[in-house]
Amino acid sequence: MIVAEQKPVEEIRRIIAPYERVLLLGCGTCVTVCGAGGEREVSFLNSVLRVAQAKGSNEIHSFWEYTVKRQCDFEFLDLLADKVNEVDAILSLGCGIGVQVVAERFPDIPVLPGVNTSFMGMAKEWGVWDERCAACGDCRLAETAGICPITRCTKGILNGPCAGTKNGKCEANKDMNCAWVLIYKRLERLQQLEKMRRYYPPRNFRVIPRPRRIVMKADVEPGEDNG
Amino acid sequence: MANSLFEEKLNSDGFLVTTEIGPPKGADVSEMVHHIDLLKEKVDAINITDHQSSVMRFPSLGGCLLVKERGGEPIIQITCRDRNRLALQADLLLAYSRDIKNVLCLTGDSVDVGDHKEAKPVFDLDSVQLLKMAREMESGKDMGGNELKGVPQFCLGASVHPEADFIEPQLVKFEKKVIAGAQFFQTQGIFDLESLRRFMQYASQFNVKILAGIIVLASARMARYMNDNVPGIIVSQATIDELANVEKGKGLQKGIEIASRLIKTIREENLCHGVHIMAVGNEGIVPDILEAA
Repeated sequence: MIVAEQKPVEEIRRIIAPYERVLLLGCGTCVTVCGAGGEREVSFLNSVLRVAQAKGSNEIHSFWEYTVKRQCDFEFLDLLADKVNEVDAILSLGCGIGVQVVAERFPDIPVLPGVNTSFMGMAKEWGVWDERCAACGDCRLAETAGICPITRCTKGILNGPCAGTKNGKCEANKDMNCAWVLIYKRLERLQQLEKMRRYYPPRNFRVIPRPRRIVMKADVEPGEDNG
Repeated sequence: MANSLFEEKLNSDGFLVTTEIGPPKGADVSEMVHHIDLLKEKVDAINITDHQSSVMRFPSLGGCLLVKERGGEPIIQITCRDRNRLALQADLLLAYSRDIKNVLCLTGDSVDVGDHKEAKPVFDLDSVQLLKMAREMESGKDMGGNELKGVPQFCLGASVHPEADFIEPQLVKFEKKVIAGAQFFQTQGIFDLESLRRFMQYASQFNVKILAGIIVLASARMARYMNDNVPGIIVSQATIDELANVEKGKGLQKGIEIASRLIKTIREENLCHGVHIMAVGNEGIVPDILEAA
């Protein structure tokens, strides 16, 4: 899932300052799970902004809140069409994708980000999220015992640990496990250490000519206006 | 035929001595030139570090040009931290064209340990891929498969960490570097000769030259600091204790004594093929160490 963090309230207030009527738009998927921009967070943010405004600010905003099932799909945005005509801006608490899909769907209204989209990851425990995938487009997890060196090694190197690993931790952050120590130990456990000995060539960055597009349906012509 | 003076020495049976100079933070190279002049006759080659510990400095390539200018034998250090494959190949071509053929291929420290923590870490290649790339250039093709006009030849080195606390994956990587084309290795700092002996029992099966890294410590405080902050350095407790037990102001003298003792033993017992002395900011004392050893 996509993990995001809500922006500090002060930053949000700066971003929305020029707009009087603001729709606070939550998203019901990833950012709901990671507690950054679901229905609960939208409601809480609405209260916080109102209280901040009541405490002697010159600005007079009015807020509406709504949470769609998924911001990253046009079909869930259609029901906003009427509401959007009544506001001056949308503050999206969806991820960076959500913000852009909403902007693409409603070209005449400013869409502002309310969260910082951080990474794709997992819940290690409640409230603790760890990055796990870099979406590199060239998955090599079969060779690395299901542990991604591109995401979890700070240098993203492919042929084993650098010399900076100490006590199984990374030179960049003593609290972070060295991905290559984890990979070695797990390959050993799986009796697949020969994978450690193989030479892995440099990454092919051509698999990610940004922005990427995937076309699943064989009968669809890839559009020309990608990105 | 050897590609460089240093390669010629690598191919001989002599005990090799290399050292390294960290370039200045700034454009004033006078101190570096002074150190080059001081050391060029006393060692077989001088490494010029490449933004060591990810601290931005005068470049290794520029330092190597100065070593050449002063009549010394340079080893350029090239890390993958700051350059993608285009820039790495270009720098190798430039180095070769200026008769700088000894290349130490490194992955490079993490940007997070340096003084530009917000910089974009590149790491398009790793050290093994860098070695292989340099060897491929020698066959007349660049990484894109295009023909090179003027084909370079290098003497390639790499690094290894015999005192790593989890040695097995380091040894796997060492073997990959040998296969990729490393001819010599300058190890991370050695403090416990037992670990060097153990490493050499294993490494002697490969046809490569091993130069034991000798770090000159100036105080127990510096040793502890390096343990906590410098990637790839594990100073033994015995060494820290030895440094801690000297009078104030005598730390560097003790450090020189420890380094000389290590070098002497390595040479007398023929533990490996040479040493690489890292004086970390005290380059001027390297002749004293060699004298004492």
